[in-house]
Amino acid sequence: MAGNNPNSTPMNLTLKVWRQKNANTPGQLVTYKVNEISPDMSFLEMFDVLNEDLLRQGQEPIAFDHDCREGICGMCSMYINGRAHGPEKGTTTCQLHMRKFKDGDTIVVEPWRANAFTVHKDLSVDRSALDRIQQAGGYVSVNTGGVPDANEIPIPKSIADKAFDAATCIQCGACVAACKNASAMLFLSAKVSQLAMLPQGKVERKTRVENMLAQHDAEGFGSCTNIGSCAAECPVGISLENIAMLNREYIMAKATSDNIG
Amino acid sequence: MILDAKIPEVVTLDAKIPAGPLAEKWEKHKFNVKLVNPANKRKYDIIIVGSGLAGASAAATLAELGYNVKVFCFQDSARRAHSIAAQGGINAAKNYQNDGDSVYRLFYDTIKGGDYRAREANVYRLAQVSVNIIDQCVAQGVPFAREYGGLLANRSFGGAQVSRTFYARGQTGQQLLLGAYSALNRQIAYGKVQMFPRTEMLDLVMVDGKARGIVTRHLVTGHIESHSAHAVVLATGGYGNVFYLSTNAMGSNTTAIWRAYKKGAFFGNPCFTQIHPTCIPVSGEYQSKLTLMSESLRNDGRVWVPKAKGDKRLAKDIPEDERDYFLERKYPAFGNLVPRDVASRNAKLACDEGRGVGSTGLAVYLDFSDAIKRDGLDKVSQKYGNLFEMYAKITGEDPYQTPMRIYPAVHYTMGGLWVDYNLMTTIPGLYAAGEANFSDHGANRLGASALMQGLADGYFVLPYTIGDYLAQMPAAKVPVDHPAFKEAETTVRATIQKLLSINGTKTVDEFHKELGLLMWDYCGMARNAEGLQYAKGKIQALRKEFWSNVKLYGVNEDMNQTIEKAGRVADFIELGELMVTDALHRNESCGGHFREEYQTPENEALRDDANFAYVAAWEYTGPESEAKLNKEPLAFENVKLTQRSYK
Repeated sequence: MAGNNPNSTPMNLTLKVWRQKNANTPGQLVTYKVNEISPDMSFLEMFDVLNEDLLRQGQEPIAFDHDCREGICGMCSMYINGRAHGPEKGTTTCQLHMRKFKDGDTIVVEPWRANAFTVHKDLSVDRSALDRIQQAGGYVSVNTGGVPDANEIPIPKSIADKAFDAATCIQCGACVAACKNASAMLFLSAKVSQLAMLPQGKVERKTRVENMLAQHDAEGFGSCTNIGSCAAECPVGISLENIAMLNREYIMAKATSDNIG
Repeated sequence: MILDAKIPEVVTLDAKIPAGPLAEKWEKHKFNVKLVNPANKRKYDIIIVGSGLAGASAAATLAELGYNVKVFCFQDSARRAHSIAAQGGINAAKNYQNDGDSVYRLFYDTIKGGDYRAREANVYRLAQVSVNIIDQCVAQGVPFAREYGGLLANRSFGGAQVSRTFYARGQTGQQLLLGAYSALNRQIAYGKVQMFPRTEMLDLVMVDGKARGIVTRHLVTGHIESHSAHAVVLATGGYGNVFYLSTNAMGSNTTAIWRAYKKGAFFGNPCFTQIHPTCIPVSGEYQSKLTLMSESLRNDGRVWVPKAKGDKRLAKDIPEDERDYFLERKYPAFGNLVPRDVASRNAKLACDEGRGVGSTGLAVYLDFSDAIKRDGLDKVSQKYGNLFEMYAKITGEDPYQTPMRIYPAVHYTMGGLWVDYNLMTTIPGLYAAGEANFSDHGANRLGASALMQGLADGYFVLPYTIGDYLAQMPAAKVPVDHPAFKEAETTVRATIQKLLSINGTKTVDEFHKELGLLMWDYCGMARNAEGLQYAKGKIQALRKEFWSNVKLYGVNEDMNQTIEKAGRVADFIELGELMVTDALHRNESCGGHFREEYQTPENEALRDDANFAYVAAWEYTGPESEAKLNKEPLAFENVKLTQRSYK
């Protein structure tokens, strides 16, 4: 069937893919050839094609994480040619299309690498540390029911919009993979900023930042040294400003709170 | 449950709708349900499968009340459930815009939009609690769109003539799910919820006729495990992936509800499928999924095709008077905002007439040039920026410059496990919530109503109705070494071993694609008896072939994605057959179920209220025998049944 770009011709590519049996076994890069790849394919569809080929040849398909394939669930996580989610700015692996590559290219695909992310298998890693950071305080403590009318507290549009920008983080972990310190500060700062800006979240802002940061460090993520590769590689454009805000929140909390964590 | 045992062929189901006037039913019911003493709640365990809007909100709320909750999801984090991908918005009868909205109007629109195949009492309750949902989400810090005065913004959405949709740019689902996920996290931190990510439910366990637990497989280790509880909630989403290509996430599946069906839960209206009109068209055979472009785009985009057949000129070269804005022409009152089923069918008609656009001819234009002229580029980009970007990424085309090409795709399944007013299935102690149940949308769901229903079920309905059930049962637990658990574990292991041992020549994906094509061609946007009969035979043959020729790889005790897929596709094949059976038996057209034999002279769906104003609730009778039809008659006491007209 013809694609969207009628002039585009299929490509032949060489892939070097990280294969690792499980967390306790060392892995290695394995070379595969894929042929007749349409430029309209997504990167993951190219992997589907490869996996079907492997399976038909009686070889083990490559394990990788993916789900929504529309850039919002945050499940896909490939480190492509040395970049989290590959060469296209503001794009998750599932939304990266093969038209960004050239016929004859060699593409290296690795899992997210970080102290806090162990490899389950091949390209799939354990990111549950990010969930545990959220559990340490990434919420407003309200029960269901008994809350005020939604329009009772007006919020300036500019604030609501900024909070929204921070809230768009998809928790994929690209910021960690991109950081030379394997720090999750961008992820953490997005949640801290979102809730610190909104009146609903201000109540618990001090304990929140202290607890979430303590959990971040306990998980084995590194510290932030203001390099900024996290924001450069973030598929949804979470801004470094959030880390500045995180630092402010943290200093304020430390100066005035009970110093937990 | 069974009211009329005299006629063995068709059982009439009792939905347990409370007596009294429509507007008072829920209030009265909330008073009449039995309560569990606060000190006793900690003695009860509840299992929730699925962590999307319905699952996460139910889990958080039940844990807040004091129950012990276990939540299971197959994704690596609860936050990745497919609710996250919902774009457009969530309806609520707040009437903040003073434009005539009310609980009754939202109720009425939903019943009418569903083509009079939903249960009045449920829909009214949904409209009632819709207002609480918005309050709850705002209190959690969900960043809804706001006006300059600081109050919440609204927009109108497909099929509605009032602005009752709350939204968070084009990612309302993500923001609402993050709200529910944060409430869930709080309960995980308190130790009231135990979370099991990367864990898939593979069987329901019943003891003394009641749902008492599940058997799961851990997707990294392959470990098979039993979990016991006093009640089980399935909030596992829809089964649109039976079509292979759909807007659902790759992992979305029917396994949990299908295996519950095989244990005795009736399946309601399986053939009611929603085909969403605005999706990015298929580009090649490698295509793994389809991407929805939010329906909100139809607020400003104009749908058209060339007037002439086979007009292959570029959109910009086709002059205004040679374009057919077919929705505006046929439905002047609603124009581009007609309900989804109507918009989808008309796009298909235009393409069937040979007027489709793009290289495949299976697309229509959605054009924003007038909106950009009228409101300016900035305003359009503010509303739809992220959707335009997504479109550009996938297609390599810029929708600011050239019209989008769109085509209908499977998006939502109105069918699901049959539930009564309490959201309990026909198995005592087994509940179904969100898209996994059949309940509120009839034969067609209105835009921005899925999020509303998921959160309504989880935050405001289940916490009351489950309490009523638990209050009437002893707190004694069933140990997981009970024979019923052991037996279910053995079956699950045997099924996986069987799949691994076949070692045939066709991959799971090949079977899935074949099934999907059959479903799309014969049980999709338009259906007829001959096609459905043909499809039924083909699906039965496909099932036989699957169990003798499927090819998996490796062993169970490993991260093995071929096992995950095989189990899901095996269930999809069986479900596909039931959907066809249901579509074949329903000799009428209604909402998303369009039988070509039953249409008005203007090609609109022709209902048969005298014979089909009921919910078809199918009962499993065994692997080789036909499912048995049971009925829940739908009584419309408040709304007059009319032919839907959007002209």
